[in-house]
Amino acid sequence: MSVDLATVKRVARLARIAVSEEEANRMVGELNGILGFVEQLSEVNVDGVEAMTSVTPMDMKKRTDVVNDGNKAEDVVANAPITDHNFFLVPKVVE
Amino acid sequence: MSELTSLTIAEARRKLRAKEITATELTEAYISAIDAANAHLNAYIKVTPDLARLMAKNSDERIAAGKAGDLEGIPLGIKDLFATVGVHTQACSHILDGFEPRYESTVTRNLWDDGAVMLGKLNMDEFAMGSSNETSHYGAVINPWRAAGSNQQLVPGGSSGGSAAAVAAHLCAGATATDTGGSIRQPAAFTGTVGIKPTYGRCSRWGTVAFASSLDQAGPIARDVRDAAILLKSMASVDAKDTTSVDLPVPDYEAAIGQSLKGMKIGIPNEYRVDGMPEEIESIWQQGIAWLKDAGAEIVNISLPHTKYALPAYYIVAPAEASSNLARYDGVRYGLRVDGKDIVDMYEKTRAAGFGQEVKRRIMIGTYVLSAGYYDAYYLRAQKVRTLIKRDFELAFDAGVDAILTPATPSSAFGVADEDLASDPVKMYLNDIFTVTVNMAGLPGIAVPAGLDHKGLPLGLQLIGKAFDEETLFKTAHVIEQAAGKFTAAKWW
Repeated sequence: MSVDLATVKRVARLARIAVSEEEANRMVGELNGILGFVEQLSEVNVDGVEAMTSVTPMDMKKRTDVVNDGNKAEDVVANAPITDHNFFLVPKVVE
Repeated sequence: MSELTSLTIAEARRKLRAKEITATELTEAYISAIDAANAHLNAYIKVTPDLARLMAKNSDERIAAGKAGDLEGIPLGIKDLFATVGVHTQACSHILDGFEPRYESTVTRNLWDDGAVMLGKLNMDEFAMGSSNETSHYGAVINPWRAAGSNQQLVPGGSSGGSAAAVAAHLCAGATATDTGGSIRQPAAFTGTVGIKPTYGRCSRWGTVAFASSLDQAGPIARDVRDAAILLKSMASVDAKDTTSVDLPVPDYEAAIGQSLKGMKIGIPNEYRVDGMPEEIESIWQQGIAWLKDAGAEIVNISLPHTKYALPAYYIVAPAEASSNLARYDGVRYGLRVDGKDIVDMYEKTRAAGFGQEVKRRIMIGTYVLSAGYYDAYYLRAQKVRTLIKRDFELAFDAGVDAILTPATPSSAFGVADEDLASDPVKMYLNDIFTVTVNMAGLPGIAVPAGLDHKGLPLGLQLIGKAFDEETLFKTAHVIEQAAGKFTAAKWW
């Protein structure tokens, strides 16, 4: 499988990365190079093989359902570019 | 002062406890060494001398009070991927511009609890994506090693290139690093240092900036095998904050060093010979086999038939996980923000300005292979191939093999801004061909220096072990180290 310019632009939109026409054109070649490289996986017989979901066989740890952390609103917003009264500020999203 | 920075962690530990030196003297020696070298090597992207002096002073007080921890007063460098309270943590990316966490990663917390001193944050490939440390927002790291009779700048490998260069140039006693496809072992091999990627689940990932969550593991880069064992014992822990942290006690890895190899079976996989691999790599491998045989190990040929599929499967799994993990960088909660005409425009402009080319490339691949209609053909198939790669190792270990010996890398360190590699991303990816299988199978792997090539540059061997059997790797790597000797870069900076 390979990608064309329209696909690259669509994927960039999905990934929320603005790309210039020049960048998109360059990426067509780069992504096709990588996709061509991974194409060799199609020669492996994977019939009846289970897909890996956990590399180490283990049960997911579960903690007790109690509040053991919190009240850190100031820490949470400390690194945000724009805040007001411990809220993140973003451009208007609802008209 | 310079003799203080030449001490290994084990030697410094003894002298500190015997009160022959102080943590403050040791720390000052490293700060001076960094001051003199960093403009040339670019290993540190943030030096924290005031914090280091304070931590060293506290260490001296604890030593005086007879309360020294396992790493008391030992100055370390920390890869920029680990969250450190109030100190630059950006995964060497522009998108985390100005980020100073309010929390500490579990791995660094463990080190400070044992008394270690932080010298600063180390350069790395952006978000740990790279094999040459050239994708960093802060510029390339320069390898302390140069080819004999040449002043060409060489890369230290990546992504933990700052860690490897700082350890090799004696700008820290040891360093933290991380390994998703070879990012500890390949730079260790390029700089004549020792690096171990432990079993997946051995070190907590909490507070470590995520790249590919099912592959990422922290580990140390050190000057010798014993130092790597000392550091890993401190870094590893059982952590309730990471659901993939395994509930197994951390062994005293240092105790494994010096144990006999008699009765051990070492597997040699035929598939770790690739086209165009220099003859010197094959001969250092044969040399390693001879050393282990001399030490009493039995050598057996094994087959790991799915080896060649590990790298292509990795370049589906890792970008897929990365595209998901890096979705959080949106210009809202931390780091860089570029304003736009609406919220989507802001996201797109922020991410376009904040991510470098290699990171964008991988996010794009990951987004594509996870997009509607392609998931089964790419991601699901890659995860099935991963099961087969892991099964290859299981069959070898079930047949009685204790550890597997391979070359660490298909070449020695290459030049900075290599045009051939820059023009073709896949060529750069091939650097990890011998290391990436280990991440895909979740196993531990150690890179240990084994000799120098005809250019006078270090070459490393890799040992791969059973899950949670790091002790066998330390024991076996130490035998190679004893036979090969240690290698130190000639100082030019």
